[in-house]
Amino acid sequence: MEHPPAANPGGTKILIEGLSRIFPSRQGPVAALQDVQLSIDDGQFCCIVGPSGCGKTTLLRILAGLEEPTAGRLAVYQADSAKPLNSMVFQEQSVFPWMTVKDNIAYGLRMRRVDKRSRRELVEYYLRKTNLTRFARMFPYQLSGGMKQRVSVARAFANDPEILLMDEPFANLDEQNKILLQEELLRIWEESRKTVVFITHSIDEAIMLGDQVVVMTAHPGRIKANVPVDLPRPRQVYQIKASPEFGKLVAHVWTLLRDEVLRAKEEEEAQAR
Amino acid sequence: MSTQRALTERQAVSADGVSGWIIAAPAHRTASQTAERLVSLFSPILLLLLWEALVRLGFLNANFFPAPTGVVGTLWRLLSSGELFGHVGISLQRSLIGFVLGSLPGLVLGLSMGLFPLARAAIWPMIGALYPIPKIAILPLVMLIFGLEESSKWVIIAIGVFFPMLINSMAGVLAIEKVYHDVGRNFGANRLTRFLTIALPGALPLVLTGARLAWGVALLLVVAAEFVAAKSGLGYFIWHSWQIFSVEEMYVGIITISVIGYLSFLLLDELGRLLVPWKPGGVS
Repeated sequence: MEHPPAANPGGTKILIEGLSRIFPSRQGPVAALQDVQLSIDDGQFCCIVGPSGCGKTTLLRILAGLEEPTAGRLAVYQADSAKPLNSMVFQEQSVFPWMTVKDNIAYGLRMRRVDKRSRRELVEYYLRKTNLTRFARMFPYQLSGGMKQRVSVARAFANDPEILLMDEPFANLDEQNKILLQEELLRIWEESRKTVVFITHSIDEAIMLGDQVVVMTAHPGRIKANVPVDLPRPRQVYQIKASPEFGKLVAHVWTLLRDEVLRAKEEEEAQAR
Repeated sequence: MSTQRALTERQAVSADGVSGWIIAAPAHRTASQTAERLVSLFSPILLLLLWEALVRLGFLNANFFPAPTGVVGTLWRLLSSGELFGHVGISLQRSLIGFVLGSLPGLVLGLSMGLFPLARAAIWPMIGALYPIPKIAILPLVMLIFGLEESSKWVIIAIGVFFPMLINSMAGVLAIEKVYHDVGRNFGANRLTRFLTIALPGALPLVLTGARLAWGVALLLVVAAEFVAAKSGLGYFIWHSWQIFSVEEMYVGIITISVIGYLSFLLLDELGRLLVPWKPGGVS
């Protein structure tokens, strides 16, 4: 991953050029991502939707430095060399069961050797922001699934990275908890305005949270369209859902996505036969 | 956590605005845990009462199964003379030294094998071949090499302890979900900090399970070794009382060794609760 030293306020924060990822398989190489082009501006909340298996998680893992691309270029503009490049909120249970809520949130700061005082201040700040202060000394087994995901969100924000990566962080929550967490995420994000790449399969969620919705094609994953979302901020989940613009955007994104979902389904059925 | 505190914490959770979040109900768990501990404390006492009754009613031959009261009398005599303490002391000393000698390399090697596939590939076939050998079967060989000194007892116990410790430590590392390693890498942990903050605490529950199994093996082997190659210790004491047909003393020996086993497992349970407070219900 390259990161030119020059700060780039308001300009491009993430630049992805010709990115491909090919996995070997018994039927020969399979392209999960092919020639992905995407640029995300500083301070943008970018949501990526696509049919399942379109490689969106692979794209995020490459951004997170957990996987290497087969070809292509990826750059994140680093404004502050003291800050980590990215922090990820994972889809599944990823909060360490052997650490208290407090220690989980402090994890990135501890690994970066941030001094104790600023560490405590940051942890306390995000404990408050996620309504977890009373649970600071508890272990994850004492928390519900929704609370564990809040810990995961707080851990990523507290690390104060250049960009935040979220891999369907609310996918395994029930509808009501999902709405609560979306509202919470919007509140915290609107304060910090960090660049976010948020992956989801929910069109509603993508439009509600994002400044732009990137639609990916099925297999191999490419960028099909980049839909700007011009809904005003700060956003309230139900205000947004009730607005006519929201409905139009949902319909628009769905027409873009529909062909891809159908194509993915056909391929799947062809393989099953 | 006391029941009182647990109750107020639960009320606090439901009383504030954040409804819908559920925390595990600690009050119930502590109550049933207390019950479990009481049952596990009293079940052996119940068995002894039954035994005494069966002997007194003539259902059990006192030549082979002396009444517990008689055994207790002998126990008292051996305790007040201090004889038993000597045997207990030396047996515990041998078990502990052997345990440390075997479990430390087992732990280190097991963790390494969990962390490094290459180490696993290199060592696992040997473990697979050596583990099934009954450790008692190599006791004569160990005695041949190390003689009748203390060291032969340490070595046989160390060999027995090594395997369960290694296998469980390795399994403990392998049981850690991949996502935790991803989190470590994503949040900038290096190899050493990943080991200290993820592999080690994550493997700890199974390491403790390994320690329990290993301690059981150590007690088994110390008795076996003392049967044939010692002039002291509980194994020697039991074997000797058989030779002079002192059945009550034999029972004292058997009971002492089982009490030691029982108490040490209680101790290991407590250690588990202390070291792994993040696992509900502790480690077993």
